[in-house]
Amino acid sequence: MTTADFPRVGRFGAFGGRYVPEALVAALEELEEHRTKAMHDPEFLGELAELQRTYTGRPSIITEVPRFAEHCGGAQVVLKREDLNHTGSHKINNVLAQGLLTKRMGKTRVIAETGAGQHGVATATAAALMGLDCTIYMGRVDTERQALNVARMRLLGAEVVPVDHGSRTLKDAVNEAFRDWVTNVHNTHYVLGTVTGPYPFPEMVRDFHRVIGVEARQQVLDAYGRLPDAVLACVGGGSNAIGIFHRFIDDRDVRLIGLEGGGEGIESGRHASRFSGQGTPGVLHGAYTYVLQDDDGQTIESHSVSAGLDYPSVGPEHAFLKDAGRAEYYPVTDEEAMEAFRLLARTEGILPAIESAHALAGAMRIGRELGRDALLLVNLSGRGDKDVHTAGQWFGLIDNDAEDAAETDDPKEQV
Amino acid sequence: MTAVADVLATAKAEGRAALIGYLPVGFPSVRDSIEAMLAMHDAGADAIEIGLPYSDPLIDGPIIQTAASKALAAGVRVADVIAASRELAAAGAPHVVMSYWNPVLRYGVDRFAADLAEAGCSGMITPDLVPDEAADWIEAARKHDLNRVFLVAPTSSPERIASTTAVTSGFVYAQSIMGVTGSRAVRGEEAKALVDRIREHTDLPIGVGIGVSNAQQAAEIAAFADAVIVGTLPVRQLVESETVADGIRRLREVIGELAEGVRR
Repeated sequence: MTTADFPRVGRFGAFGGRYVPEALVAALEELEEHRTKAMHDPEFLGELAELQRTYTGRPSIITEVPRFAEHCGGAQVVLKREDLNHTGSHKINNVLAQGLLTKRMGKTRVIAETGAGQHGVATATAAALMGLDCTIYMGRVDTERQALNVARMRLLGAEVVPVDHGSRTLKDAVNEAFRDWVTNVHNTHYVLGTVTGPYPFPEMVRDFHRVIGVEARQQVLDAYGRLPDAVLACVGGGSNAIGIFHRFIDDRDVRLIGLEGGGEGIESGRHASRFSGQGTPGVLHGAYTYVLQDDDGQTIESHSVSAGLDYPSVGPEHAFLKDAGRAEYYPVTDEEAMEAFRLLARTEGILPAIESAHALAGAMRIGRELGRDALLLVNLSGRGDKDVHTAGQWFGLIDNDAEDAAETDDPKEQV
Repeated sequence: MTAVADVLATAKAEGRAALIGYLPVGFPSVRDSIEAMLAMHDAGADAIEIGLPYSDPLIDGPIIQTAASKALAAGVRVADVIAASRELAAAGAPHVVMSYWNPVLRYGVDRFAADLAEAGCSGMITPDLVPDEAADWIEAARKHDLNRVFLVAPTSSPERIASTTAVTSGFVYAQSIMGVTGSRAVRGEEAKALVDRIREHTDLPIGVGIGVSNAQQAAEIAAFADAVIVGTLPVRQLVESETVADGIRRLREVIGELAEGVRR
């Protein structure tokens, strides 16, 4: 036998693959079989569509934001309102579908990683709705700064397990979820929260979020009679971005622009920008993709004001789109993102998630570049309620007494 | 034939299973870890697994994670693994490296294989690299005459056992339980069931690892496996000792008992 006998599964160009312990391969193959069947099964698709309509609140609307657009070089700016979904972000799209798949596989328990809570809350929600046991792994550092989200998940019936190893943040929560999975795979499905991980996760999670772009493309055509000039989204793991990009990939004139967590600036080394030149192709969490790593292949910790973008690796399809030149990726600093956060709140009465504020900052930059005739579609992937404490501190809006009384509720979720 | 393949054959000729012990390089220091590996060999381990500490060890439990992260914090480098290999080879201790894939990928697959071969290493165990993704490694290992030790798990289908063992060399690593290193003790019958399933597809020696935690178990597994592999147990001796000398003393004791166990 030669290695030619092993087909290279799940690749986006050179990226992706399945770098996992052998013990998990059977579960990945089982998942692949069930999700392929499900995606061609009218019953599954009907059930999912019904949940989207009656539980999530799909289709999500689009909103034009003219007062915010004044800060975007006068370009027309349209938001896709994933923030209005039940649980407050796009994450629900994926977890409901994976929840249905879990039941079809005859498994009774789900596990998930979470940074600050959005994906954990969404998974706990789906588990409650579908009667599944649920365990959420969360870095100790994040459980402390996200006490309210921990309580929220527990209210929904989930067990939240703080992770005390490594950097005790999102990356380590993913490691711990894999360790649970390899132990309990007989009855447990791992609801991975973004478009990375071993195949079929990157493709499957993308397909479950693809509805964002499918709806938005038609909504923009209906309202403006043309396609947008650019589609913008923030990129942590990359699920909301791939969700809105994917339907536009064949529209060659539509620029696809991903905004990464630029942290304190690329030159500071404290950022989460895998595509800025400091990340290099490597393997993390089961996929070959761009990774922040040192010369020995050890993962470097990322930094971002937004926990959802604070991740050292990125979905392999983004790596492919980047190298193929089909999508562009730029870092947005904490400072720029918080300015966009403030502006959207003040000009439109919408509090964005700090993650999504990176996409808004991108619109401010690209709008000025393209000018008044441009039409920009921005994925507002989540709402900012979870970020009130962080933003309040950032802008000095919390007086000391109130701050002492408040539990921190800063944002930590991978998008 | 590599030194590890050799020592496995010798053990078989003696009518017993071989004992293989794991320690990560760099814990508590590079020097001390090499001394501990040599002590382990001296105390009766037929072969050593040199662990390459990695920041995100998916299949390791708390004990090995602790040792690996302390080694990284103390500044261990990939080059230290090559150096450890060279010293073990000089001392006549057969050994393989155990490494997650990314550090090898980053170092350069062919360059890593060449450096290991040059140092006198027998090959590499790849816990998160399945043959499906291993074309480069298989090619480099063939070129440099290194053993390619892939894992087989209780969940592996007969088809995967066949295809995996077909590209494996040296020995097959049978992951005896579903779980991470050190998570729970293996039961003899479940390990035996897996070994029997693997034997249907290959004549390679089969080592049973992950879940072996005492001499009694080692003896039980030695009855049907060709090698007994311990990782968490030796690492625990170093992690839980106040001083290096004390850790190495405990390590010798434990390995001595296991070496006696595989000879029962």
